[in-house]
Amino acid sequence: MSHAEQSRPAILMADGGAPAVRPRWRLAPLTAARIALIPAAVITIVCFYAFIVWTFVISLTRSRLLPVYDFVGFDQYRRLFASARWWTAMENLAIHGTLFIAGCTVAGYALAIMIDRGVRAEGFFRTVFMLPLSMSFIVTGLIWQWMLNPVFGIQDAVRDLGWEGFVFNWIVQPDRAIYTLAIAGIWQQVGLCMALFLAGLRGVDPNVWKAARIDGIPTWRVYTDIVTPMLRPVFFTVFVLLSALVMKSFDLVVALTGGGPGFASDLPARFVVDHILNRQELGLGAAGAFMMLCTVVAVIGPYLYREIHKSRGAR
Amino acid sequence: MRYQRVVLYLLLGTAALAMMAPLLIMFSTSLKPMDEIRGGSLFALPQAPTLEAWGKAWAGRDGGSGGLSGQFVNSFVIVFPALFLSVGLGSLTGYALSLWKLRFANLLFAAVLIGLFIPPQVTLYPMIVLVRELGLFGTVPGLVLVHVVWGLAFVTLLFRNFFQSVPADLMKAARIDGAGFLAIFWHIMLPLSLPVFAVAVILQFTYIWNDFLLGLTFSGRGSQPVTVALNNLVGSQFGEQEYNVNMAATMLAALPTVLVYLFSGRLFVRGIAAGAVKG
Repeated sequence: MSHAEQSRPAILMADGGAPAVRPRWRLAPLTAARIALIPAAVITIVCFYAFIVWTFVISLTRSRLLPVYDFVGFDQYRRLFASARWWTAMENLAIHGTLFIAGCTVAGYALAIMIDRGVRAEGFFRTVFMLPLSMSFIVTGLIWQWMLNPVFGIQDAVRDLGWEGFVFNWIVQPDRAIYTLAIAGIWQQVGLCMALFLAGLRGVDPNVWKAARIDGIPTWRVYTDIVTPMLRPVFFTVFVLLSALVMKSFDLVVALTGGGPGFASDLPARFVVDHILNRQELGLGAAGAFMMLCTVVAVIGPYLYREIHKSRGAR
Repeated sequence: MRYQRVVLYLLLGTAALAMMAPLLIMFSTSLKPMDEIRGGSLFALPQAPTLEAWGKAWAGRDGGSGGLSGQFVNSFVIVFPALFLSVGLGSLTGYALSLWKLRFANLLFAAVLIGLFIPPQVTLYPMIVLVRELGLFGTVPGLVLVHVVWGLAFVTLLFRNFFQSVPADLMKAARIDGAGFLAIFWHIMLPLSLPVFAVAVILQFTYIWNDFLLGLTFSGRGSQPVTVALNNLVGSQFGEQEYNVNMAATMLAALPTVLVYLFSGRLFVRGIAAGAVKG
């Protein structure tokens, strides 16, 4: 690191060349680096990409309990698209995704702004808001299952306070159960959004605030007209992250509603696991899994493309 | 100006209370006997606090089955090897990817990054076949393996982003002094990356402990993690549920990661932000 070392002959630094004299038993460093990448490369190529292809192949067969390779074209996809349960699950994904992403973003941003106003005990508030993040979705689901329990939960407690007619039994209402998922999901993940937005707010140049104060712009206008547009990349990141979470949502729905009542709050991730593990409908499950992948690609693809491009440019 | 501050603190206080309320209610429920739960309000404090429900949640009813103690231990037995293997492999990969100018390194990195977004359901069945063929289905080593596979992308990303910021001169100096691939990793890069290391360990611990899908799919009788057992415990009771036991069991399952979070504080936040921003 010192300058003396840097002024040594440059020939020793040539790429791939180690110092001329080195012990025989040692691998050339670049070879060692290549060897070190083998496990990761194998895992990535086999367990990610080859397995995706494999799942796609299975989805073209009539496999039930075990994979059998007699191909039936896109029959499984036809069955999938004809299945009411699948469309309920997709519709639920859209409802839950919209509510969850919007709720987390708005609430997280609001919390971040409040904390950024220079409050005391900032550490306490941050710790509290992020606490649910450390817990499993299963735990979150079970907590809220208890809170939303119509016999003993919030509904009962509010009735005890005097509102005899109070009704909050969404978890057992087929057309409302999906909304309870967003409540529990937002409760768990709002801290993540808050942390990301807070980091973004702290990154805003203090001169922006000074200039705005000199111009006499009210604080809320600075947020709506100046700071929020500046944080566009953070909003984008939050959106991508939450989308990825929504697509993978499995544990939460299993623990909170079990997909019920009936299949009213089912999600694609649960549909797929159910068909692969329990219903011996491997082909149909694989078709559903592949459709999940297509949804992810459609939503997150553009972001990934940009991200990978950026990291190439940086080198 | 003064009243604005009051409103601000009121809002923040309300939000904090709303976030804490479910946890406090869960705790108070776990201390109540069943007749208090049936008779009283959700918000009421326990009149005669008892740890009976906690005992049942841990050891089972009447000393019988149903307790979570076994699966609680299972979770630790799964988490530690999976944690060290995935952080070890991920750090080495991140290091090799970012500090050694290899062909295809960018391609591999892109492939890994995309892997982070692939829903596990898509590769689940082939993975079952692989683990079964290896004779590891339903065993702890099998679960460790799948956790390493599914954790690799995240850990690699974390380390790669850190090593990317290491000045090139440091690498040059080390190589001039004759240090090889592993020597540079061990003596220079690992000590340098200790904060990232801590972040990776904390987050992997949290992710693996909290996992449900992989535990549900790949575990057997003797290797079931606590999340799966918890979900079974709450879901499978017939007749009236013992809500106090459910809540105690839920808190037990949540406790390790909550403690890790409370004691690591900043590091957890940093990891979540770093891992999150980049993917």
